[in-house]
Amino acid sequence: MRLISILICIILPLLAAAPASAQEEKSPDVKKIVMEHLSDSYWWHIGTFGEKNVTVYLPVILHSGNSGWHCFSSRHLAGGASFEGFSIAAEGKYEGKIVETLPDGSQSRPLDISVTKTTTGLLMNSAITVIVILCAAGWYRKRKATDAAPKGFTGMIEAVVGYLVDDIIRPCVGPGWRKFAPFLLTVFFFILVNNLMGLIPFFPGGINVTGNIAVTFVLAFAALLVINISGSREYWKDIFWPDVPVWLKVPVPIIPLIEFVGIFTRPFALMIRLFANMMAGHAVILCLVCVIFVTAGMGAVVNSSMTAVSVLFNIFMNCLELLVAFLQAYVFTMLTAVFIGMSQEGKEVAKTYERQ
Amino acid sequence: MGLLQPEPGLLIWMSIAFLIVFILLAKFGFPVIVKALDERKEHIDSSLEAAARAQQKVENLQAEMDGIRADAERQKAEILRSAAETREKIISEARARAEEQGERIIAAAKANAETEREAILRDARHQVALLSIAISEKLLRSKLEDEKSQASLAERLLEEMDRDRMKESHREA
Repeated sequence: MRLISILICIILPLLAAAPASAQEEKSPDVKKIVMEHLSDSYWWHIGTFGEKNVTVYLPVILHSGNSGWHCFSSRHLAGGASFEGFSIAAEGKYEGKIVETLPDGSQSRPLDISVTKTTTGLLMNSAITVIVILCAAGWYRKRKATDAAPKGFTGMIEAVVGYLVDDIIRPCVGPGWRKFAPFLLTVFFFILVNNLMGLIPFFPGGINVTGNIAVTFVLAFAALLVINISGSREYWKDIFWPDVPVWLKVPVPIIPLIEFVGIFTRPFALMIRLFANMMAGHAVILCLVCVIFVTAGMGAVVNSSMTAVSVLFNIFMNCLELLVAFLQAYVFTMLTAVFIGMSQEGKEVAKTYERQ
Repeated sequence: MGLLQPEPGLLIWMSIAFLIVFILLAKFGFPVIVKALDERKEHIDSSLEAAARAQQKVENLQAEMDGIRADAERQKAEILRSAAETREKIISEARARAEEQGERIIAAAKANAETEREAILRDARHQVALLSIAISEKLLRSKLEDEKSQASLAERLLEEMDRDRMKESHREA
């Protein structure tokens, strides 16, 4: 097993280098390469094999105020082409996005719900998450509690679920944990699968899903909803009428204001933390890969030594990212659980309190 | 900074995807697993409890067995002791009875011997008396053949009788 993991650690950065090699030019623009990877695109460039570019063109779905709904393949937009009045802006405010060129020559951004690269990755990873968990759950459906404990894949899922429930959800949320366990576990596995898939440098993975602010925004927003919708009376009282000297609340509600802002800053911190961590990890790995190509023009000795350094650093970074992938999922889940636990304080739990 | 601006399209897709994932997993996924874990935990707990109970039962049985064995041991000792006692008693009783019997026999023998001896003595005395009477008769007959000696004897006898009477009267006085 150790040998295999070492091999994977060695091979992963090498493979990570493969798509980047497609970008090889005389003087590679590192910033452009990195930004291209981190930001979204309308097609999925899988790789260049020899002379052949393998790209998956994804469906473009648009709604324009002028011309209604449009749905076509992004193939029509490749190479800056224009199709049905739509094209990908090369520069300006909407750089890299589809814009509609109006009859008067001005450009406007239509409602763009295209299945982009990130969306594709997101949907695939969501499907993987669902399949993974439902497969594990299916194992239990067929068995009784008196049967032997699962081994292999189901055992792994069970170990993780058991660990999360016993070490995070139950202690952090408190007595009413059972109601929130599915949400927290879903969040954890969703983030974990997306993080890990993002680390795979080739086809099914390699997409920076959790390093996209829209994704983390939705996750954080879901957390915000769950935290506040289930909030107890004590929780709301602590926000609007906290236990502080009266002059801090009336006439100028300083503390209530701070508490109220706190409702939003906590999920906001969740959003930024996950986004920044995952994006930074991808950026660092890409930069390290780019070191090889940046030094290509500096002679064989510099280039080969820097390549060795780059590969070594990439091995290290990939191991670190593997840790971060788990850690960020863990941190997001744990903090959400803690916030839910705070919002549950003082709630009557006699009904939901089953057994500890 | 394009990276910090959430794309509305992606927001919509993410919301849909996450919602579907959440609904599917919250309905069919995690509750099943969590429930299974709970049930297993319960099963393990109850099994442990049953094992503890069985262990307790075994220990109780062991204690009971030990008690019974000790009881039997005690009874055995008791029986042996009482048997020994009985034996001692019987022996001592037999000995006492034998001694008594022997004494009685000896006593009877002694008494018998005494009476016999007395009878023999009485008989012997009688025989001696008879013999002495016969001898004295013979002696008297031979002595009293002449008259003189008869008279002297009578006189002497009278004298003796007088002396005896005087002694008697003297004593009475």
